[in-house]
Parts: sequence; structure tokens; C-alpha cells
Amino acid sequence: MTNRPISDEVVQADRPFVEICRMFFGNKAAIFGLLLWLLVILTAFLGPAIYPSDPFEMVGAPMTPPGEEFLLGTDYLGRDVLTGIIHGASVTLAIGFSATFCTVIIGVIIGVLSGYYGGWVDNLLMRFTEFFQVLPALLFAMVLISLFTASIYLIVLAIAVVSWTGIARLTRAEFLKIKEREYVMAERAMGARNMSIMWKVILPNALPPLIVAVALSVGVAILFEAALSFLGLGDPNAYSWGYMIGSSREYIWDSWWTITFPGFAIFLTVLGISLIGDGLNDALNPKLREL
Amino acid sequence: MKTILSYLKRLVYSLILLLAVITLNFLLVHMAPGDAVTAMIGDMGGATPELIAELRVEYGLDQNLFIQLYKYITKMATGDLGISFTHNLPVMDLVLEYLPATILLVATAFLLAVFIGTVLGIIAAQKPKSLFNHFVTVLSLSGYAAPVFWTGLMMLIAFSYYFPIFPAFGMRNAGFQGTMLEGVFDVFKHLVLPAVTLASVYIALYSRLARASMMDVLGSDYIRTARSKGLSQRVVIYKHALKNALLPVVTMAGLQVSQLVAGAVVVETVFGWPGIGQLAFNSILRRDHPLLLGILFLSTLMVVVANLITDFAYRLLDPRIK
Repeated sequence: MTNRPISDEVVQADRPFVEICRMFFGNKAAIFGLLLWLLVILTAFLGPAIYPSDPFEMVGAPMTPPGEEFLLGTDYLGRDVLTGIIHGASVTLAIGFSATFCTVIIGVIIGVLSGYYGGWVDNLLMRFTEFFQVLPALLFAMVLISLFTASIYLIVLAIAVVSWTGIARLTRAEFLKIKEREYVMAERAMGARNMSIMWKVILPNALPPLIVAVALSVGVAILFEAALSFLGLGDPNAYSWGYMIGSSREYIWDSWWTITFPGFAIFLTVLGISLIGDGLNDALNPKLREL
Repeated sequence: MKTILSYLKRLVYSLILLLAVITLNFLLVHMAPGDAVTAMIGDMGGATPELIAELRVEYGLDQNLFIQLYKYITKMATGDLGISFTHNLPVMDLVLEYLPATILLVATAFLLAVFIGTVLGIIAAQKPKSLFNHFVTVLSLSGYAAPVFWTGLMMLIAFSYYFPIFPAFGMRNAGFQGTMLEGVFDVFKHLVLPAVTLASVYIALYSRLARASMMDVLGSDYIRTARSKGLSQRVVIYKHALKNALLPVVTMAGLQVSQLVAGAVVVETVFGWPGIGQLAFNSILRRDHPLLLGILFLSTLMVVVANLITDFAYRLLDPRIK
């Protein structure tokens, strides 16, 4: 959104790695985000080993308030909320990462082709992108899942289909800017192939803003999965945080803890990744800091 | 003349976009397992092969895909979105019945978000080192990170249960009787929590955007000139800087309408708000595909219209765009 042109002599990818790390780790908010994510990742990998119960299993009296017996209480079926949160971490991470992966693949391919070739290719692909932008994302994902059978793969695909447009636009914008630079011209003059210029010369230089956008996409994907599971459109075999909230919302007046804690887990996870994203943004794109 | 032409171009382009959405709807229904007839037979509890064939002919399902698509488009163009088999009513009538509630909710949330977000952002931009600026940062980060349905449920726990200020469910009190003014107040009381919930995400977004954009504008040369003329802070901010700082907010606001409509689905489900989001949710539970696709089409239509309005607003704000 800034009007200031980005000067050409600053090739951001060339900033020494150490300098970037220094800036990132000098940012208290980013470190806080990193710690939050360390916690989520540790919970996802070690949690089930330390706390090996089945989240679907009924272990106590229904709607036991948080206390000594169950740290975070039990839900209306007597399932332990803490077990659910621990097991939900891996579901959340798995869906968040795989959906982001698909989002990035679609977005980068479309953005690269569009920005590099320009002309009618760009025109066609951008119209295609705009088409996906006017579809109300969550509603479209709901339609996809309800027409076909809900499974983890379909959910990942649905999230990717509705969220790739941002990455595509960003990649295209970076390509439009970078492809006019001298070093790209030089490569071309030396007879490099289009493919090699696209993927080996321009893309690495477009990475700094892309990395930030990818970090933010992880947060968006997690929120998406949560909303879909909350609406009852998640994979019925996956015990996710969104599912925990959706299944207990009828009992909101009797057991606030079954809704508050899983939601807080989602909140902290997304907060963590956005803090990391902001930190990366400051470290990688110092010129664009105010964005 | 040239301006009119460019407006027309946008209009035609929007129509093509809608045509594409209709085609997508059609293709999705065809790719999904089972068709309208299978669904109907499921409801009837089975039928003879002859009846099935007869129904297929009646619904035109025995014809070439392109002919079916053509018929589908002409039907949609006349406003016939099919029949909802759970309500036994035309989809169009159903959506028109539920749409006003959604428009009320989305429009309130949208205005709330743009207004509060911009005001917060602009105040924060003037004092980058202040406590208030940090407050806006924290607010925008949390508004973005909290799942909107959870924010809604937390609001319910806080403001309808522990402090019962607002009603928890619906748009009107059941069996409400009173004057028109009391009726408006009744709807308003029901509107507060869902509107604030839906707005929370976007307040976060707009405050951040407005702050960044305002800081950017305040650093530019023409503002320095305005200041060096001896103009007061107030005149510089509100007469010179504000209009330019608002441009990115307007663009973003236009782009966000589709997300707001989608967000309304979740918020309406949480608060039992009788809008098309609630309708969509119920149609998914009952596998009422014509209704669901009709809602998808009409909400996309809303987004396209909103985008056109933003586009025209942008042209008014920034005369350089032709």
C-alpha cells in the first residue's frame, strides 16, 4: 500500500542471513510467537505419548468443571477436554500445513506464469483469479464439502481452492517488478531458458515477501479448518479444536470450559504464527515495515 | 463519454463473472455423486426404474450436458433458482425472505468496522510511540487471531449469561408485541452482539491498514508543504491527509465484502440470526443442494455488486483513475 518505489539496488534476498536472524530475534513479539509455536509443535509430537488416552473416550462424569480430577474439565459426554486439546494440536498442524502447502503450489504457479509471461496469459490467469476472489470463501468451501464426502483431503483441498488468490497476486506483483531488473536481463542475454529464469533467478528474489504471506496463510488455514469443523463439516474421525467447540455449543450455559479452552488454543496458535509473520516481515522487508 | 464507456465495461465484465459462477454451480452439481432425481427418490423411499427414467426426462437430465447448461443459465437469468426440497418452496422466495436480516447484519458490521477501524488507525498514526498505538496493535492482532465463532460464543457467555444485557438468540423476541419504535429497539438489542462479533475481525484489519496508510501519507512531501504553510494539525490531517489515506481502506473494504458475507454464515449460526447464512447451514444439514447453490450464487451476486460500488466510489475519490 505504500507509494514509495522500492529502490532497485536493494536486492533483499542478498541481505546476509545473520543480519536477518539478528533482526528477527531482536523482536520480542516474534520470539513470543516462536515460543507459542514451539509449545504447539511439542504438544503435537510429544503430547499423545505423554498423555496417551483416546480423545473420543468417555473418562468421567459429564460436564465436570475444571479442577483436580480433570484439569480443564470434561464435556457433555464425559470426554476429557485436556486430552482433546492435546490430540487436536496435531490435527490442527497437519491441516494447517498441508492446506498451506497446496495453497502455495497453486498460487505460486499461477502468479509466476502470469507475472513472467504477461500479455494474454496474464490477462486470462488474472480473470481466473478474480473469479475465485468474488466467491465467498467459506461458503464455497462449505458447498464443496457438502457436495462431496467430508474427509481430511477434501478439507485441505477446499481450503486451498478458496485461499490461493492472495499468494498468486503477490507472486505476480513481485515478478512484474523483478523481471525488469538488470540481472534478469543479463541472464536472458546469456541465453538462459524461460524456465530457469523463472524458477532459479526471479523466484528466489521474490521469496522475502512470499515467506511472510505463507506464514500468514498458515494462520488463515487453521482458522478455516476450525470454522468448518465448528459447523460440523470437518472430518468425523479427526478430533480437532473446532470440532470440540462445535459439538459442545449446545451446552454453552452449562459448561463454558468446553468452548473456552479449545478456542483459546486456536487463538494462541494463530496469534503465534501472525507474530512470527510480522517478525519475518520486519526482518526480511525492512523497507516495507509499516505494512 | 470515455468514463461512461469504462463504467459499461466494468458492468459487462461483472455479468461475465456471474455467468462463470452459474457455470461453476452447474458443473459442481454434475460432478457430485447422485443427481436431483436420486435425491428425490431418496426422499420418497425408492422408486421403480420406469419412474426414475420418467423423472430424468422430466428434469431434462437425459439431455446433452451443454443443452442442460444452456437451460440452467436461461432459468437462472429469469430468477428461477429451482425448488428447495426441504422447504418445498422456490429457492428465490426463500432467499428473499431471509436476505434482509443478512443485509442488516453485514451492513451494520461493515460500517462499524470501517468507521471504528479507520478512527483507531488514524489516531494511532499520529502518535506512533504512544500507549494508544500499542493498544491498537494488540487489538488488531487479537481480532485477527480469534476465530470469529469463538469470539461470538465468548460474547454470549459474557453479555447474555453472566451479565444478561443482550438476548442470546434470534432477531426478535418471540411473541413480541409493542409499538413500532419498541420493535426497532428490540431488533437493535438482538443485533448488537452478532454485529460486534462480525465486525471484530475487520476492525482489526482496517485499524492496521488505516494506520499504515496514514503514516505513509503523513511522511509525504505535500503534507510537509501543508505544515510549512503553518496549517494546524487538524486541517493537515482531516483536510489534506485523510482523503489519500482512505484510498487503500476503500480498496480493501471492497475486496473484503465477500469475506464478510462468508463470515456472516458463521456468526448467524452462532446467534441464531435468521439470515441466509443460517439458511445455508440448515441446507447443508439436510443436503438440500438446490438451496445451497442458490445461496452461493446470490451471495456472489451481492459481492459482485458491492465490488462495482467500491470501484465507482474509488473513481470518485481518485480522479486519476480513468
